[in-house]
Amino acid sequence: MKILIVDDFSTMRRIIKNLLRDLGFSNTMEADDGNSALPVLQSTPIDFLITDWNMPGMTGIELLKAVRADDKLSNLPVLMVTAEAKREQIVEAAQAGVNGYVVKPFTAAALKEKIDKIFDRM
Amino acid sequence: MSDQNMETQMKEAANALLCHLESGDSKAAMDTLDNLQGTLNEYREHSLFKKIGKLTRSVHEAIQNFEIEVKKDDNGEVSILDEDGSRMVDASDRLNYVIELTENAANKTMDKVEETIPISAELGETAKKLRSDWEKLVTKQMSAEEFRKLYIEMNSFLHFTVEKTSHIDSNLSEILLAQDYQDLTGQVIKRVITLVREIQIALIALIKSATEVESYTGIKTELKNKEIDGVEAEGPIINADSRSDVVSNQEDVDDLLSSLGF
Repeated sequence: MKILIVDDFSTMRRIIKNLLRDLGFSNTMEADDGNSALPVLQSTPIDFLITDWNMPGMTGIELLKAVRADDKLSNLPVLMVTAEAKREQIVEAAQAGVNGYVVKPFTAAALKEKIDKIFDRM
Repeated sequence: MSDQNMETQMKEAANALLCHLESGDSKAAMDTLDNLQGTLNEYREHSLFKKIGKLTRSVHEAIQNFEIEVKKDDNGEVSILDEDGSRMVDASDRLNYVIELTENAANKTMDKVEETIPISAELGETAKKLRSDWEKLVTKQMSAEEFRKLYIEMNSFLHFTVEKTSHIDSNLSEILLAQDYQDLTGQVIKRVITLVREIQIALIALIKSATEVESYTGIKTELKNKEIDGVEAEGPIINADSRSDVVSNQEDVDDLLSSLGF
C-alpha cells in the first residue's frame, strides 16, 4: 500500500506521515502541491491519495478533478485533509468525487476512522 | 473666500435682484445674476482646490506614517524608494519570521517525539516480557536456571530503565522548550495587528477626503463589500460559530456528507 501525501506545509506532511505509520502504513511519498503530485501519480503506482485543499500552484480540488478526469487514475481513493470548512466547498469536493473529507485541526482518531472507512469500501 | 462670506454675498445679491425686479430694471437684474454666477464659480473652484489639497495631504501623511519613502523620476512617475525601510515590508518580514519560528518549533518537537517513541516502545516491550517471567516466579513455576536468567535480566532492565528514562526526560524538556516560540510570535503578531489597525484608520480618512472631492465634482463611486466566492479557498475559519456557511467540526462535515448520500 503506497500513499501519496500532498500538502504545502512540510510539518503537516510530517504529522500525517507519522499518524499513517502508527496505523501501519509506512510506505508514503510526499508532494507539496497538485503540480508536483500529478507527475508522481502518473509515474508511480499510488494506492491512496491524501491531499490538502489550499496550496499554491495547483490546489487540492483541482488535483482531485484532474485525477478523476484521468482514465488511469480515476478510481484512486482520495482523502481531503484541509482547513477549508465552507459547506459549498465540501459539497464541491463531494461532487468532484472525493472519498473522505477531514477538517483541520483533526485528531488521529478522525483520520483513522476516515481511512478505515475508505479501505472498507475498496 | 469662506462659506459665510459666500452666504452673505448670496443674500445681498438676492435682495438686489428682488429690488431690481420690483423696480422693473431687468438689465440690472441680469447683471446681478451674472455677477453672482461668476463669484459662485470662483468659490466652487476654490473649494475644490482646498478639498483636493486636503486629500493630497492625507495621502502624504499616510505614506509617511507607514514609512514608505517614495521617489519621483524625471517623467513624474512615482515609485517606492526604499522597500526595505517601509513598515509594510517590515511587517511582511515579521510575519515570515513567525512562519520560520513556528516551523522550526514544530520540526524540533516532532524530531524529539520520533526519537522518543521507539525508546518508550522498547521499555514497554522489555517490561512486558519480564512481567510474564515474574508471573512464573510468583506462581512458583520457575526453575532455578530460569531464575538465574531472570535475576540477570532484571538487573540489566533496571540499568536500561534508568538510562532510557533520563533520555526521555531530556527529550520532554526539549519539547517543552521548543514551545517558547509562542511568546515571541505573539509579540510580533501584536505589532503587525497594530500596523493593520493604523492602515485601516488611515484608509478611512483617505476615503473621507476623497468623498468630499467627489461631492464637489459630481463623481460617484459605489462602495461595495467584496463578496466571497463559495468554493474559493479561504484558509482556516476563525469565526465558525458566527457563520452559517461553514462547518465548525468534523461532525458537521460528516452530517453534511451523509445528507449528500455519502
